[in-house]
Amino acid sequence: MMYLVYLLVYGFLLTAAIGLLASWIDRKVTARVQYRVGPPLLQPLIDIVKLLGKETLIPEGASKIVFLTAPLIGLGSVIAVSTLLWLNNLDRTGGFIGDLIVAIYFLAIPSISIIMGGFASGNPLASLGASREMKLILSYELPFLLAVFIPVIKSGFSVRLGEILFFQAHNGIIVGTWSGVLGFTVAVLCTQAKLALVPFDIPEAETEITSGPLIEYSGSGLALYRLMKNMLLFVLPFFLMILFLGGFSFRGVHFLYGILKYIGLVALITVIRNTNPRVRIDQAVRFFWGPVTAVAILAVILALKGL
Amino acid sequence: MSLKLKALLKSPWVFHLSTGSCNNCDIEVLDCLTPRFDIERFGMILAGSIKHADVLLITGSCNRKSAERLKRLYEQAPKPCLVVAIGECSLSRGMFIHSYNCPVPLDKIIPVDVYIPGCPPKPEAIIAGAVKLIEKVKAGSK
Repeated sequence: MMYLVYLLVYGFLLTAAIGLLASWIDRKVTARVQYRVGPPLLQPLIDIVKLLGKETLIPEGASKIVFLTAPLIGLGSVIAVSTLLWLNNLDRTGGFIGDLIVAIYFLAIPSISIIMGGFASGNPLASLGASREMKLILSYELPFLLAVFIPVIKSGFSVRLGEILFFQAHNGIIVGTWSGVLGFTVAVLCTQAKLALVPFDIPEAETEITSGPLIEYSGSGLALYRLMKNMLLFVLPFFLMILFLGGFSFRGVHFLYGILKYIGLVALITVIRNTNPRVRIDQAVRFFWGPVTAVAILAVILALKGL
Repeated sequence: MSLKLKALLKSPWVFHLSTGSCNNCDIEVLDCLTPRFDIERFGMILAGSIKHADVLLITGSCNRKSAERLKRLYEQAPKPCLVVAIGECSLSRGMFIHSYNCPVPLDKIIPVDVYIPGCPPKPEAIIAGAVKLIEKVKAGSK
């Protein structure tokens, strides 16, 4: 019963509300960077309500069941992972051994659901976008796992999110150490690719393959995908906060500090997004397998040395 | 007014289609997205795919080749979908009215909700047309 409350209130409602707000911050900051006014506060919510009211079209030749269930799988995994993160953040003994590994697996499923939806729709541009998304996953997962490995080493080889948080509450946050700084930088770059934002928005390059895997989605399917992406804009920075920045505390002034940490991360992601051009897929793979992986390996070695 | 329609009017995503225009109207449409006019403050976004669109912006004089594509595109758009004709050519075929290649005006092919005249219309005129479209839908649903 308790877990159901966590799932519905924290995992879905709170995460969706913060995610929609974060998506508004993202659009507003983008608009201000370009000297525009930007959309009103409720715009992301209105977009989703509108899309839910529109007709859902299924293209001819599409694999109907996969096409319709792919957005649900993606949204479900985001809800599950956000429940897990909130559970650990609110009650450090609430998790289980290995919940970090479960969270990493769940964080890969949204991208996989986009690939499934893209291939199921039968559109050539969607297949192109889906295959690019696949290459992007192959490129960023290795440095991301290495970066996640640093808090695990720091907290005495613990794969429980609760213990990582407990370690940080007593010994200071992980980003305060040398290996933590390097690992956090790598993790932010991988987050950018996981969210498919510029410079790594190669799978859904708007001007090139017109939103890629989502090209055939309309109505409620598109609404679910947008909600999933908005929620990921909260879940991924939250995951980084738990691993590197000591999580989100509700006690007194720490609450304000937590909000500042989160807004700072979202603003960082938005600024990276607005000041870079899109790279090609081969450049992205070379970037992630080359310098980023090298920095991540260096950080892991430093962490093993205790720095 | 139903919630569905209310949300549609607050976030109309536009899809821009040229049926053989001289490109002047297209440039004026893109002008509306620039910092000076910024239609994103009304929730309008230029959609890349027709499946995401709520409003079709049509420019150009609809020649024999593009009329078929236009019809197909209109059928692919998820309903409710509104159509705006922009520029003299799509209103009445403009200077191509006697051309062998432009048999019928746009509104004989698909239903048009708002006409924005001009050659090309100013961005202000396009935004005024969008306001008229919203008022028309509001009045029609009462």
